[in-house]
Amino acid sequence: MKTYFQYPFLIGMIFLFAYLIYLYVRWYTKLSRFDKVRFKKFWGTKKVWRAIYDSINDGLLHASIFKKNPVLGYMHMSLAFGWFLLIVIGHLEVVVAKGGFNFPFYYAIFFRYFEPVHATTTAQIFAAVMDFLLLFILVGVALAITKRFYKKIFGMKHTTKLKPLDKVALYSLWAIFPLRLFAESCSAAVYHNGSFLTNTTGAWIGNIANNPVIYQSSWWLYSFALCFFFIALPFSRYMHIPTEIYYIFLRNAGIKTKKNWESYAQIQLYSCSRCGVCLDACQLYDAGISDVQSVYFLQFIRNKEDAEKPLFGCLICGRCQVECPVHLNLNDLRTALRIKASKPLTFSYSYTQKPEQQSADTIYFAGCMTHLTPGIKKSMAKIFDYAGEKVWFMDEDKSICCGRPLMLAGQYDSAAQLIEKNTELIKASGAKNLILSCPYCYKVFKEDYMLPDINIKFHANYIKELIDQKKLPDTKLNNTVIYHDPCELGRGMNIYQEPRDVIEHYSHRIPLQKSKDKDKAICCGAGLGGINLTGDAKNIMTHNAMTYFDKFNPDILVTACPLCKKTFVRDRRLDVLDIAELVVKAIEQPNEPKALPHKEKSYAVS
Amino acid sequence: MGDLDFIKVKHLHIDYDKLDLNLLNKVLQEETSFQWCISCGCCTASCSAGNHTTFNVRRISLLLRRGEIESLEKELEKCMLCGKCTLVCPRDIQLRNVVMSIKKNILKYKMTAL
Ligand code: SF4
Ligand code: SF4
Ligand code: SF4
Ligand code: SF4
Ligand code: SF4
Repeated sequence: MKTYFQYPFLIGMIFLFAYLIYLYVRWYTKLSRFDKVRFKKFWGTKKVWRAIYDSINDGLLHASIFKKNPVLGYMHMSLAFGWFLLIVIGHLEVVVAKGGFNFPFYYAIFFRYFEPVHATTTAQIFAAVMDFLLLFILVGVALAITKRFYKKIFGMKHTTKLKPLDKVALYSLWAIFPLRLFAESCSAAVYHNGSFLTNTTGAWIGNIANNPVIYQSSWWLYSFALCFFFIALPFSRYMHIPTEIYYIFLRNAGIKTKKNWESYAQIQLYSCSRCGVCLDACQLYDAGISDVQSVYFLQFIRNKEDAEKPLFGCLICGRCQVECPVHLNLNDLRTALRIKASKPLTFSYSYTQKPEQQSADTIYFAGCMTHLTPGIKKSMAKIFDYAGEKVWFMDEDKSICCGRPLMLAGQYDSAAQLIEKNTELIKASGAKNLILSCPYCYKVFKEDYMLPDINIKFHANYIKELIDQKKLPDTKLNNTVIYHDPCELGRGMNIYQEPRDVIEHYSHRIPLQKSKDKDKAICCGAGLGGINLTGDAKNIMTHNAMTYFDKFNPDILVTACPLCKKTFVRDRRLDVLDIAELVVKAIEQPNEPKALPHKEKSYAVS
Repeated sequence: MGDLDFIKVKHLHIDYDKLDLNLLNKVLQEETSFQWCISCGCCTASCSAGNHTTFNVRRISLLLRRGEIESLEKELEKCMLCGKCTLVCPRDIQLRNVVMSIKKNILKYKMTAL
């Protein structure tokens, strides 16, 4: 008998594949020449296995979401992996039943219709497996529907908003599997070709299933649900499924997000699954801000809505980036867009005066923020002094900003002017070491200054070295300390251990909960990325962070960033020290031999 | 020549009939905190740019209020966006955003004026 109900499915399928191939090719052709070469070379390497592993792990099993939230993970996994197995095993079933590949490819999708009898044990086992998979997915669908209405049981505070085509895709996706169950149950009722699930439901609906109109329509409906889903997919959030796999391969090929918004950024934009994991990571929610978070923000960009305000309202703290199960480079994506948005604005620093040039082996660059926290400057001076290091305090008087704050505002070209000025001074000094006490400075000096011959060190690392070389005292301070990881240092530069080592050398460090430690550390609220945040919003975040630290009842809150320090001291609940100041506390501890081991003062702050 | 000679200094005059407050209003709308400025001078004292040249955040406010867009634009080129001013301001005025907002709106203003 000739059937027609497969056509909606076929039309949807062909449209989807044609459109996807078009997009894949277009994205590829728009990659830079360099990236194309890189991607071509990648195919011969072992990295391909890594990409395949990641695709299975993240694309199908959703292991990253699973680890964060098992219920949410199950939901994503059952839909992706369950459906995948249903397709693969479904085709296998047909191959076995037909004893070959001589069947149209839609045959497997509607197998229970086309193949009413199944007498063999193998066929019955297949039917049981297929029923089990269907059940596996249906539980996931039920969870997804529940999540829309009761997001709390997923341990999530927030869920994502939908636009019309998302709704078409979402509702058709929800409908596909219940309709498949209905259609297969009808077949099971008529032919008893199901298994534990479909035979049971078939028995319930036996009366109506025997009506040929209902029987035929059940398969038509199933086919239509598939058709709607496939056609809506490229224009909905589900586009992330095919894009994510593409992204995983490009990422594993070593392609990096660029400063300008290009193909790779576009692919990331479409790879966001809108899982909403980034929502709970974002502290801006505490301040009542709910349009900046990555998932919304990416949605604005995809929909080409005006996103200037949310673009400049993000702290670029990187908390969401760490949590994102798709591993999107969210900070870099925002930066690329900030560069684009602030391109027409210009700055000019021809006016700067040159500080007096000196030669030195080691230079200390305090940076603007350290200049606002003189305690840190003085402590650094004492440390240099105690350790007998001869240091040139390069920006003691005519300080020129490192350029990082400009970059965070998207002003890379303007920052380049400042970078050039500072570079010139550093090169002329003949120095081998450059010490920085601000993580913002550290990041930009490490990543954007061209100083190949100079050892750029963050002060905590430098202090750790001095301790190891026995150039600093081993005094124990009798106090308890909480260490706050500054965003730009921890997530930004991956420095976690050295500050902890220094603190544990002098004090007793109270560990934080894993969920708020190291790469999950909270932001002080004043991150320089937050250009248009209000003072109130920042204060709320600072207050909440302090409330969290205060619970541990430490003697001191220690941080390694002048900006964090300046921000936290305003709260006044805890004493706040920079790591350098803690070291000086130990140096100046009474009962210890006070005499400095090195007589002449090699370094002074006026 | 009397005591009131300063009145005759042309460039100090503000002609209220001609004063265009659009830019000021737009900036204050975008960064409301700027209206709380008490001209205390903390920002100017800490300013990185001000350490090198005659750059003064309070003067920015003055130029904005007087609608002197040309000078304003020139002045603001000097800011390094370092954010020291924002951190020291006793009124919690988000000066980095004030700078960005004025610059952006001057551009828009010039576009519409063309
Ligand atoms: S940005 Fe990442 S965490 Fe946020 S919704 Fe998208 S995929 Fe999920
Ligand atoms: S970077 Fe930080 S502030 Fe920005 S959206 Fe992510 S979590 Fe929120
Ligand atoms: S990063 Fe911050 S503290 Fe360091 S020089 Fe630049 S503005 Fe100043
Ligand atoms: S510090 Fe704040 S209140 Fe004082 S002059 Fe500057 S902007 Fe105005
Ligand atoms: S941000 Fe601009 S105005 Fe403010 S202190 Fe820095 S250079 Fe001065």
